[in-house]
Amino acid sequence: MSEIIKLSATELAKKLRAGEVTAVEAVQAHLDRIAEIDGGDRGLNAFLHVNADEALAVAAEVDEIRAAGGTEAEALHPLAGVPIAIKDLIVTVGQPTTAASKMLEGWMSPYDATVIEKIRAARMPMLGKTNLDEFAMGSSTEHSAYGITRNPWDLGRIPGGSGGGSAAAVAGFEAPLALGTDTGGSIRQPGAVTGTVGVKPTYGGVSRYGAIAMASSLDQIGPVTRTVLDAAYLHELIGGHDPKDSTSLNEPVPALVDAAKQGLTGDLSGVRVGIVKELTGEGYQAGVQERFNESVEVLKAAGAEIVEVSCPNFKYALGAYYLIMPSEVSSNLAKFDGVRYGQRVLPEEGPLTIERVMGATRAAGFGDEVKRRIILGTYALSAGYYDAYYGSAQKVRTLIQRDFDAAFEQADVLVSPTSPNVAFEFGAKSDDPLAMYLNDVATIPANMAGIPGISVPGGLSEGLPVGIQFLAPAREDARLYRVGAALEKLLEDSWGGPLIDQAPELAAATTGGAA
Amino acid sequence: MAAYTADLVDFDEALERYDPVLGFEVHVELNTRTKMFSDAPNAFGDVPNSNVTPVDLGLPGVLPVVNKTAVEYSIMLGLALNCQIAESCRFARKNYFYPDTPKNFQTSQYDEPIAHDGYLDIELADGEVFRVEIERAHMEEDAGKLTHMGGAAGRIQGADFSLVDYNRAGVPLVEIVTKPITGAGKRAPELAKAYVGAIREIVKALGISDARMERGNVRCDANVSLMPKGATKFGTRSETKNVNSLRAVEHAVRHEIQRHAAVLDSGEAIVQETRHWHEDTRTTTSGRPKSDADDYRYFPEPDLLPIVTNEAWIEEIRARLPEPPAERRKRLQADWGYSDAEFRDVVNAGLMDAIEETIAAGATPAVARKWWMGEISRLAKNADVEPTDLGATPATIIELDSLIQGKKINDKIARQVLEHVIAGEGTPGEIVEKRGLAVVNDDSALGEAIDAAMAEMPGVVEKIKGGKLQAVGALIGPVMKATRGQADAARVRELVLEKLGIEG
Amino acid sequence: MSAISREDVAHLARLAHIEMSGAELERMTGELDAIVDAIASVSEAAGDDVPATSHPIPLHNVMREDVVGATLTPEQALQNAPDAEDNRFKVPAILDGE
Ligand SMILES: [Mg+2]
Ligand SMILES: [Zn+2]
Repeated sequence: MSEIIKLSATELAKKLRAGEVTAVEAVQAHLDRIAEIDGGDRGLNAFLHVNADEALAVAAEVDEIRAAGGTEAEALHPLAGVPIAIKDLIVTVGQPTTAASKMLEGWMSPYDATVIEKIRAARMPMLGKTNLDEFAMGSSTEHSAYGITRNPWDLGRIPGGSGGGSAAAVAGFEAPLALGTDTGGSIRQPGAVTGTVGVKPTYGGVSRYGAIAMASSLDQIGPVTRTVLDAAYLHELIGGHDPKDSTSLNEPVPALVDAAKQGLTGDLSGVRVGIVKELTGEGYQAGVQERFNESVEVLKAAGAEIVEVSCPNFKYALGAYYLIMPSEVSSNLAKFDGVRYGQRVLPEEGPLTIERVMGATRAAGFGDEVKRRIILGTYALSAGYYDAYYGSAQKVRTLIQRDFDAAFEQADVLVSPTSPNVAFEFGAKSDDPLAMYLNDVATIPANMAGIPGISVPGGLSEGLPVGIQFLAPAREDARLYRVGAALEKLLEDSWGGPLIDQAPELAAATTGGAA
Repeated sequence: MAAYTADLVDFDEALERYDPVLGFEVHVELNTRTKMFSDAPNAFGDVPNSNVTPVDLGLPGVLPVVNKTAVEYSIMLGLALNCQIAESCRFARKNYFYPDTPKNFQTSQYDEPIAHDGYLDIELADGEVFRVEIERAHMEEDAGKLTHMGGAAGRIQGADFSLVDYNRAGVPLVEIVTKPITGAGKRAPELAKAYVGAIREIVKALGISDARMERGNVRCDANVSLMPKGATKFGTRSETKNVNSLRAVEHAVRHEIQRHAAVLDSGEAIVQETRHWHEDTRTTTSGRPKSDADDYRYFPEPDLLPIVTNEAWIEEIRARLPEPPAERRKRLQADWGYSDAEFRDVVNAGLMDAIEETIAAGATPAVARKWWMGEISRLAKNADVEPTDLGATPATIIELDSLIQGKKINDKIARQVLEHVIAGEGTPGEIVEKRGLAVVNDDSALGEAIDAAMAEMPGVVEKIKGGKLQAVGALIGPVMKATRGQADAARVRELVLEKLGIEG
Repeated sequence: MSAISREDVAHLARLAHIEMSGAELERMTGELDAIVDAIASVSEAAGDDVPATSHPIPLHNVMREDVVGATLTPEQALQNAPDAEDNRFKVPAILDGE
């Protein structure tokens, strides 16, 4: 495997600036890796579309600018030339955007998402679009219309979801960076089960314009990386006010890179870390709990003050989430009707009216999980049920925010396992929606309250990665980067290198591989 | 089905047995530069699907942003309707599938409208005033335009397919909803027309809508129900959609009263349903009945944030409001000293603004009225144009009047001059000059003509001498003829009496 | 409080414009009932005194100036249309023909 692809984004960027590696070489190395391990029966299938020509062209431009030197070269963004993969829920001009749904097969957006405009302005080559659960609904990437994505740690296991494609691409060295979206944990949980870093920014911290909406009041775009510092760089690039998103915060992006660098000193003196009583213990696999306890000891050793906090209303969070999210889903996905774009399916029999065409289109275009959530949301909003369901869930949101407010009086950041379990085998939960929903129990409260969260690798259980989640108050994303970087550094010191180095080598996909 | 009977009860008869209850939902399209939630142009009549952004097509990933001007226009309208302006209001999604609705939900307002609890005093032609209570005025977005193809021309029924243009999708609307209007009795149709007319007049005066009903800028849904005379419990209502002219509003209400009465008389129940208005037959037909498919699943729009008002903002907007049309009319009538009948004629002729301008430019109220309501209106009627589009301006009238006052021309010549002005030959002064139309004021030239006339009509001269002064009139005709109409009749009279040594 | 019937699901599917076979309705009814059972406790979590939160970060008066921006061309607007005619999106009849 080429050494280039093992580099973190920050290391690669440094080599690009120093002229030790060209951007074209960097992009080509990643394209080669994708060609090697992504396709075939046992390939990762992290990518739904590979954007080789454009990525190489952008890389060549960066190399040209660097070669010419002068002010244009100096003005290049620190990540210029560093390739990135994009979750296929984010719209891009020139590449299809499918949301992993048959509904949008081949759909070409006439506009770019705001984050994509920023990626282009930074001259970061886009390697392609990554797989996900259809319309981001799922925790395993098994619900894609274009096949499952495999976990690089064990090809028989899920890479998490919904952003399994972005996480697997980064964990499998197909890309140093990726973008994800997180509605109930879809960046952090895949990060946890693939041994990568995933960040859900404060709600409003990153523009949602151009991210295909799942649940508008919960969705956030965020970074998927192999190091906390890389995430900080990417987050600073994609963050900031966007007048096209009314819910975008009109304030500067916090100094996240500085915070990560401060954390990398390994010193956490004066930092109060709260263990959320309700997010440990029962329901968490023993191995996950062990790695979590060790991490807490590491934080303590670094000078952090460990306190226990209680968030009694978290027990309602999952239920409230599964009312609010599907309600918004049922409305957000109404636009997919075969009139303006996407698939149109005609009814097999009976009269040909637009109403029946919509019904047939949506029947054929959506997968089971999407339909389940649309129907559930339609139910929660329907006359006579609104107050009991949607209305009550919105009140629970208030209670969860109050729990967080109280907890953050005692602690600067909160800590928990990211996911109650390590990556499970394909099919283990796909017949039981409720079991699947429990994967998000620790990540959902942050979305409900709009606060930021990060997942960093916390070691292995039975040879599979465990994620540690930190949460901070709204707008205090910088705290996550400091604490996350500190834990990352101290654990890597104890492991003798990044956790990802312990992942099995992936054989070329066409020749099969580990079971 | 009996409920759809075409039988109608005579209007007066219906009103003997039933009291009508009315309710109106009027949609006003605002004339902002851009749409409610996108920066696409808010323009009428362009190439289909050219005034759209990704937001207006409901493309995947798009988000709405509220147009501040549309909010301020809505507040203006709320104030003009004597409403309370909400301290905080928000948008909601109204979920229903229809191909003219790009997201398959309409972004509207539900439980928190921007304006509520207002009223409008509606004056009928004879001066009777009805107070119509306004329940709410809320902001929302318009749908696209469907054109039904095949089948009967333009009708949805029997069409083979439809074409959708989203240029209108997202145009800002304010929907004004009245409380139930009781007590109008026989005057219900008249009141309906006057109410919608008043809304149209207000939004036009505010400058927030083009207010052209034929273009759908103002659209009315009329609710009608009947209850037996003296009852207090409202009957079941029908909602007649998209009645889009003032005359149609009046006719639709009248028709529904007659139809309801027929249904009720036959012992049947009114079906709560929407009905379609047909201008050609002046009847309504059944639309679809209210069903469980009308579960709109409203919920707060998560992509938009509340609008919070404060006193300073509202007062700043209030300061921009023009005088309410009804008050303005009262003030102008008093200032001008017109009789009720004179003033009503002016209003009905649509000449109030023109007369106001003419008076402001220096004409007396009587002169302004004389010209606009007289010769200009007559010529406009012949030319089949609006009087204000004829080409006569306040300056024309003022110049004509000063030529008359200065005895440069007489009334009859002035009317000819006006025709030349309208033909584009120049100002009145230029035309009088060019065409040599000035009154003959030269007493010697006039004297010759008078002498000739007196010589020809000695009998008349005798009568005058004998004290019959009105006989002078008989001399004026020949004098006018001799001077090609350019003599001043009063001066002719003076000179005749002078010549005969009679004190005028 | 739940006990969702097959008719309920059929009604919801109609509202949501998703055609469903009998077998699909059957399966969806069971799943929905189980999910709603599992989350129904939410309705008892908060009292009347607790306000609803619809936006996680409370902002207000986010508005734009009334200034025209770039539009799509009709070609761009229609580029992904399943069917189009005369610069417009073409859809089957809205009402049943008979
Ligand atoms: Mg209405
Ligand atoms: Zn409306």
